[in-house]
Amino acid sequence: MWRSCQRLFCARSPQAPRLCPAPPVGGPSLSLPGTARTYTPPTERKRFYQNVSISQGEGGFEINLDHRKLKTPQAKLFTVPSEALAIAVATEWDSQQDTIKSYTMHLTTLCNTALDNPSQRNKDQIIRAAVKFLETDTVCYRVEEPAGLVELQKNEWDPMIEWAEKRYNVEIGSSTSIMGPNIPARTKDTFTSHLASYNMWALQGIEYVITQLKSLILSMGLIDRHIPVEKAVLLSRLEEEFQIQHWGNVEWAHDYDLYELRARTAAGTLFAHLCSESSTVKHKLLQD
Amino acid sequence: MAGLGSPVRTLRSLVRELRYVSAQAGRPYRDTAAYRYLREAFRAHRVTSEKLCRAQHELHFQAATYLCLLRSVRQHLALHQEYHAKGERSTEEAAGLVGLKLPQQPGGKGWDS
Repeated sequence: MWRSCQRLFCARSPQAPRLCPAPPVGGPSLSLPGTARTYTPPTERKRFYQNVSISQGEGGFEINLDHRKLKTPQAKLFTVPSEALAIAVATEWDSQQDTIKSYTMHLTTLCNTALDNPSQRNKDQIIRAAVKFLETDTVCYRVEEPAGLVELQKNEWDPMIEWAEKRYNVEIGSSTSIMGPNIPARTKDTFTSHLASYNMWALQGIEYVITQLKSLILSMGLIDRHIPVEKAVLLSRLEEEFQIQHWGNVEWAHDYDLYELRARTAAGTLFAHLCSESSTVKHKLLQD
Repeated sequence: MAGLGSPVRTLRSLVRELRYVSAQAGRPYRDTAAYRYLREAFRAHRVTSEKLCRAQHELHFQAATYLCLLRSVRQHLALHQEYHAKGERSTEEAAGLVGLKLPQQPGGKGWDS
């Protein structure tokens, strides 16, 4: 409608083509019909550096792009507590070809979040947000039909709930009600105090995994190294996988989501592990 | 405990992913810090008399997680560039995506002349 009005207006005033109303600023970027495509992807920044290296500073490990030090979006010095994490971040920067694709740099993103803490939350708030997911945990919500999905959920999700109940000595259970399962207060307290034993960096990673998988139980399975990332992502997407088997797989939607979810989940898990492993490093030194 | 397969296989797949990464930068993967770190870490945990060595399992889990990260990012980027990175599709391309063709009109469509 808008476009055809624009076209009519232009056609009727050939002497004064500049009077064409400009597209509204701030709204979706409409272009004139027949010229550019309506949606153009955002432009990416050019790769402005050649070499990526790591150096050890006072606060931890830093990343150098040529001779410049990497900074966070809030212009703080980018410094991480673990060497392995620094190497993984450097690898992300080194694997950028021609342009910097920030949506492929999940570990860098997580480090930036931990350093800048843009949501300004403290440890208690993060833990509360994480434990809140238990009330609506994906693996606790069950369907009543179709029968195939009911059985699939029972076979795949029940072992995970049993594992969590045994590992943390709590009651969780599952429900088919829209209100979700009734989680006892003691269960929440147990998870709250368990999460409190992690440091702030590791917690940022754990909470990121929980928000990706929409499940505290699956995330703890990953953090405790009970299931690999692929399995956790599969369990999180169980209904979608069921529907794909029935209706077919669409590469640019289903696979696209699957790989993105796997990448994000793997990044969060690795981040949490690398940021909470000081005991492992000591162990290695003792071995030598 | 998670079924991760053999550690050697994980290391081999990781090296393959690192090769993809460093091929883009145009230098051999053996020079990258990531490769050196992985080689050292795997070497340090190779010999163990225990049936289930906790440190070794932790390392293997971490390596498998990193492998999943590198692989998924590569696959996701490939799909992104194929389907989502070029802006809006023309009508012909959009039809072709779902296996359809636009109808042929020998005399023109009436409004495009």
